[in-house]
Amino acid sequence: MTTTTLDKAADVVVADERPRKRRRGLAPGKRLPAARLTGPLLVLVLWAVASAAEALDAAAIPAPWTVVETGVQLWTDGTLITDILTSLQRAASGFAIGLTAGIVLALASGLTRTGEALIDGTVNLNRAIPTLGLIPLFILWLGIGETFKIAIIAIVVYIPIYLNTHAALSGIDNRFVELAEVQGLSKLRFIREIVIPGALPGFFVGLRLGVTGSWLGLVVLEQINATSGLGYMMFQAQNYGQSDVILVGLVVYGIFGLASDSTVRIIERRVLSWRRTLSS
Amino acid sequence: MAPHTEQLTRPAVQLRSLTRSFDGRTVLDGIDLDIPAGQFVALLGHSGSGKSTLLRAVAGLDHEVTGSGQLTAPDRVSVVFQDSRLLPWRRVLANVLLGLDGKEAEHRGREALAEVGLKGRERAWPNELSGGEQQRAALARSLVREPELLLADEPFGALDALTRIKMHALLRELWERHRPSVLLVTHDVDEAIVLADRVLVLEEGRIGLDLTIDRDAHARGEYRSRLLAALGVTEDVR
Repeated sequence: MTTTTLDKAADVVVADERPRKRRRGLAPGKRLPAARLTGPLLVLVLWAVASAAEALDAAAIPAPWTVVETGVQLWTDGTLITDILTSLQRAASGFAIGLTAGIVLALASGLTRTGEALIDGTVNLNRAIPTLGLIPLFILWLGIGETFKIAIIAIVVYIPIYLNTHAALSGIDNRFVELAEVQGLSKLRFIREIVIPGALPGFFVGLRLGVTGSWLGLVVLEQINATSGLGYMMFQAQNYGQSDVILVGLVVYGIFGLASDSTVRIIERRVLSWRRTLSS
Repeated sequence: MAPHTEQLTRPAVQLRSLTRSFDGRTVLDGIDLDIPAGQFVALLGHSGSGKSTLLRAVAGLDHEVTGSGQLTAPDRVSVVFQDSRLLPWRRVLANVLLGLDGKEAEHRGREALAEVGLKGRERAWPNELSGGEQQRAALARSLVREPELLLADEPFGALDALTRIKMHALLRELWERHRPSVLLVTHDVDEAIVLADRVLVLEEGRIGLDLTIDRDAHARGEYRSRLLAALGVTEDVR
């Protein structure tokens, strides 16, 4: 550790007559290549090896290739795509409503004192009640159809978006408000130039939580109160002991989750490109 | 130098018994002040002497402050703060143009950036600029509006000594070219002497000393001791 390959450095060591020890680094060091994939791949390999060695109960944990086969089969006979589309539509409708509500309420509450008085406390009260606990009441009100599912997902989504956006709005640096006054910005312009861009980082935190929430809500709703969709497919598979079908459903949910989270991240990186200079 | 007749007829800033107080504590205690058009005034004082309060009052930024008195200031006022206060989410040119529209304004914005030595950095993000460059961009933002009055609240306080010297020269040069009235708040006696034509010392909410600086004279040392004495600072003579 003390010797270096550079001649110059070696000279210094000689001149000092005391080898200069490089301090022990405390950081974890360089990142391994494809570090994030290593763990999942290892699990997959272990699973495949154990299945091949017949160390696993195939009825409880089918082999990876069985799951792939089942997936392909469900896809080709058209049932999987129907279920996926049904689920996606529910999640997307609920998410869109929740997103709109979250943004509108956060703006109304963050920009006006009246709005704050009316909205902020109400939303926080709403937050205190676990949304999934509202399911029985919503079924009574809206029936067991799509409306109630979309309503529940919308509520799950709007809360984190509202909370984070509102926090970001109220946290906007007062110095920038002063600047806007000095520059003589109109209220509308102030909102466009300062409030909205300033609140975007917080909004994206809420957005990502909202996306995750929409999938969570979807899973719960489909498994207890549905007659179609991915969750229903998995629920049925449970009744017939088809663990491979359940795993196919989980894989699809996983792909949904990953894809939506990556999409939000990509949008976030583009919209907040000015921040890259800070983190790099 | 601004013509005397203009000075006599219409001061750019006029304060008459201006009083401001926070929580019952009087910060400005009946200030009378005329700043002629085109004059460069430096305002010295200890922390808490009310110099920022005075500047904020002239800038119209003291919404929730109780006070009385008369205040006239020009329509076009620009403020330079101690921090550059550039919006991190807008590129440099967009920051300079904040609140302005149109091709004409954009042209002037580019010119102002060139004037402060930031030509070619129009598309940079503020975070990519050094502290001195950020403050230059802030100067460009205040210039682009062609202010009749430029208010500066310790604009160089956060800069390193070498950058500060360069900024002094730049500010003086810009002032000579555009001739706005300037009110510069600082706690740096030397900065005040180097930059201003007139130095005011604010003391317990009143103007304790009003010193005209003859820029041709070599009396800097004398100005310095007088100003320091007014600030209650004694220097050891070695």
